[in-house]
Amino acid sequence: MAGLVWNREACTLCGLCAEQCPFGAITLADGKVEIGAGCRMCRLCVKGCPQAALALEDTPRKKVDKSAWKGILVFAEVEEGALHPVTLELIGKALALSAGRHPVYAALAAQDSALAQELTYYGVDRVLQYPQQELKHFICERYAAMLEDAVARLLPAVVLVGATPLGRSLAPRTATRLRTGLTADCTQLELRENGDLVQIRPAFGGNIMAQILTPHTRPQFATVRYKVMEAAQRRPEAAGKVEICRLTSENLSTRAEVVSLKAKPPAADIAQADVLVVGGRGLKKREDLAMLEDLARRLGGQLAVTRPLVEAGWADQSKQIGLSGRTVRPRLILTFGVSGAIQFAAGMSAAETIVAVNTDREAPIFSIAHIGIVGDLYEVLPAFEAALREEGIIHE
Amino acid sequence: MKLLVCIKQVPATQQVEVDPETGVLKRDGVLSKINPYDLYALEAALTLRERLGGSITVLSMGPNQAEDALREALWMGADRGVLLSDRRFAGADVLATSYTLSQGIRALGGFDLILMGRQTTDGDTAQVGPAVAQWLGIPHAAWVSRIDEADASHLTVSQELARSVETVRMSYPCLITVEKDSFEPRLPSYRRRLAIGRGEIDVLGLDDLEDKNPEHYGLSGSPTQVERIFPPKAAGEKVLLEGADAGQALAELLIRQRVL
Repeated sequence: MAGLVWNREACTLCGLCAEQCPFGAITLADGKVEIGAGCRMCRLCVKGCPQAALALEDTPRKKVDKSAWKGILVFAEVEEGALHPVTLELIGKALALSAGRHPVYAALAAQDSALAQELTYYGVDRVLQYPQQELKHFICERYAAMLEDAVARLLPAVVLVGATPLGRSLAPRTATRLRTGLTADCTQLELRENGDLVQIRPAFGGNIMAQILTPHTRPQFATVRYKVMEAAQRRPEAAGKVEICRLTSENLSTRAEVVSLKAKPPAADIAQADVLVVGGRGLKKREDLAMLEDLARRLGGQLAVTRPLVEAGWADQSKQIGLSGRTVRPRLILTFGVSGAIQFAAGMSAAETIVAVNTDREAPIFSIAHIGIVGDLYEVLPAFEAALREEGIIHE
Repeated sequence: MKLLVCIKQVPATQQVEVDPETGVLKRDGVLSKINPYDLYALEAALTLRERLGGSITVLSMGPNQAEDALREALWMGADRGVLLSDRRFAGADVLATSYTLSQGIRALGGFDLILMGRQTTDGDTAQVGPAVAQWLGIPHAAWVSRIDEADASHLTVSQELARSVETVRMSYPCLITVEKDSFEPRLPSYRRRLAIGRGEIDVLGLDDLEDKNPEHYGLSGSPTQVERIFPPKAAGEKVLLEGADAGQALAELLIRQRVL
C-alpha cells in the first residue's frame, strides 16, 4: 500500500523529521522512526530529511485511459425556476479552460426547456436536460443519479459544480458513486495538456493554499467558489444543442421526500455591499457589534465580521469575510479591531479603499490598509462619527 | 433510537503559515479541540435522545490523541466513544475518509440516524457527510438548520439552500449535517466528567473492519493528491495615522478623497 517508508540504513536518527512534522505524527523511539496515524502525508519530512531516509511510496494504481475522457461538464444549478448565477461563472471557466480544444457540456434538472435553451447562448456545445417531475425539487440521491447519468453519456474529463449549499451536497455524493476525486471550493483552476485539472483551494481556514490533482481517476470533480470566476457572456446566436434525458425509476427511488419549499427572505448580502464596516476580535463584547452596524447603516452599507466572531457565535456565517467566508469587493471597507490574518485579507484585499483601526501597530492588516489608524477603536470610532456628523455625511 | 455523531479533532488555532521559500508549514499543528461545528451535531443528537430515548455513539477517525475529543463528547452526554485509528488510514482524502468512516459505522452497526457538523475548520470541505451517506446507501440532508419532526420511524428537517429552505422527510436510517442555528451546544458537565473520568474509548483499526484491503484506505484509497501548498498572496500600500485626532483625520481624509 502507499505510504511513508523509513529507510533504517540511511537514517542518522537526527530527529529533524519529528521536529518539523506539523502534525506531531513522527516519534523517535528505540532507535526507530515511527510514523503515527496523525500523518497527513504532507511530505514535509520527505523534503526535509538531509539523508533522504524517508520516502513516499505509491502503489501502482489502476491506469485510466485519459484519452477516453474529454471535455468539461458543468452542473447547471436551477433553484426556484431560475439558473443560479454561479452556473454562468462555471461555464465561463469551462470555456476558458477548454480554449476551444475541448467540448463544454451542461446538465440540468428543469421542466422548462427555455432554461436549457438559454445555456446554448453561452457557448455550451451540448446541454442535457432532465425534465422529469421527480427532479423538480432537490433530493440529493436523485440529482446524484442524474449527474452520474450525464457523466456516463458524455465521458467528460472534468465536472464542475458550484460550491453552493446544493452543489456541496451533490458533488461529494456523485463523486463517491463514481469512486473518483473531488476537490471542494476551488478558487483557481488550470488544465494541463494531459487533461489533469490543477485545482487550487484554501486550506486550514484559508491560511494556506493547496494545489490538488486527481491524477489516476476520471472524471475530475471540483466544486467552485461563487463570485470568483468570470461569468460567460451571452452571445447573439445560440450554438450547441439540447438533448432530453430521462432517468430510470430505479435511479429515482429514494426514501427522502420534499415536504415543502420556502423562499428565503432576501438576506442582506455582504458581497453586494458598497460599504462594509467590519468588526474583529478587538471588540470587547458582542453588544458592541451594534455600534458598528449602526455606522454601516448610516453609511448605506452593511456589517461584516471576521471568522473568530462567527466561531464565537457573535454573528452569522453569512456575514463572514475571508477565504472560508465571503469574498467582497466593496468601494470602502472600514475594519475595527481586525488583525488581518491572511485568510481574511484574501477575501477583501480587492476593496477599493481599505481602512484599518487596530491598537497593535504590528497587526498584518496595516500592510494592506490604504489608511491605517493605530489606536483604540473605542476612541477612534466616536471621534470618526462625530466628524462625519459635523460634515453632514451622517445624521442623527 | 440509535444515534451516531461523527466528530473530528482539529487544531485549536488557525494561525498557520507557510514559509514562502521552502513551502514548509510554520506551525505546530497538534490537534487539540473538537471541531466547533461538530458540537452542534452532538447537541442535536442530545436533544433527540432527550425526546425519543436511545443512545448516542460518537465516532472519530484520527491519531490516538483524538481520544481526548471523544472523551469531551462523553462529558457532554454521549454514551460511547469509538476511535478509528490506524497508520494505514493516514493521508486519506474525502473519498478514503468517508469510506473509512462508513466501514466503522458498518462495523458498529444498526444506527438510525447519523449526524455530522456542516464542515470542519481545518479541512473546510463540507463533503464527508454526503459521501458517507453515499457509501452507506442511505439518504441525507445537508446544511440542516432545524429538525422539524422526529419520531420512531421518520425524521423531517429543514435544509438550507442558496435561496430557499427545503423541508425534507426521510425514513431511518439516514444522515444529516447540521448548521449551528438551532443547536446551541451545552457545556461539558462537570458532574459527568467526575463520574466518567477518563472513560473507556473503544479503538478500531483496519483489522476490525469488514473490508480489510489496505489499498482502499489512507493515501492508497485517495484519488486526490496534494501537489503543493503555498501561502496566499498578500498585497498593499499604507498611510498611517495615530493620536487623539486620528478619528477626525480619517473622516477628513475620506471626504477629501471623495470616498465619503
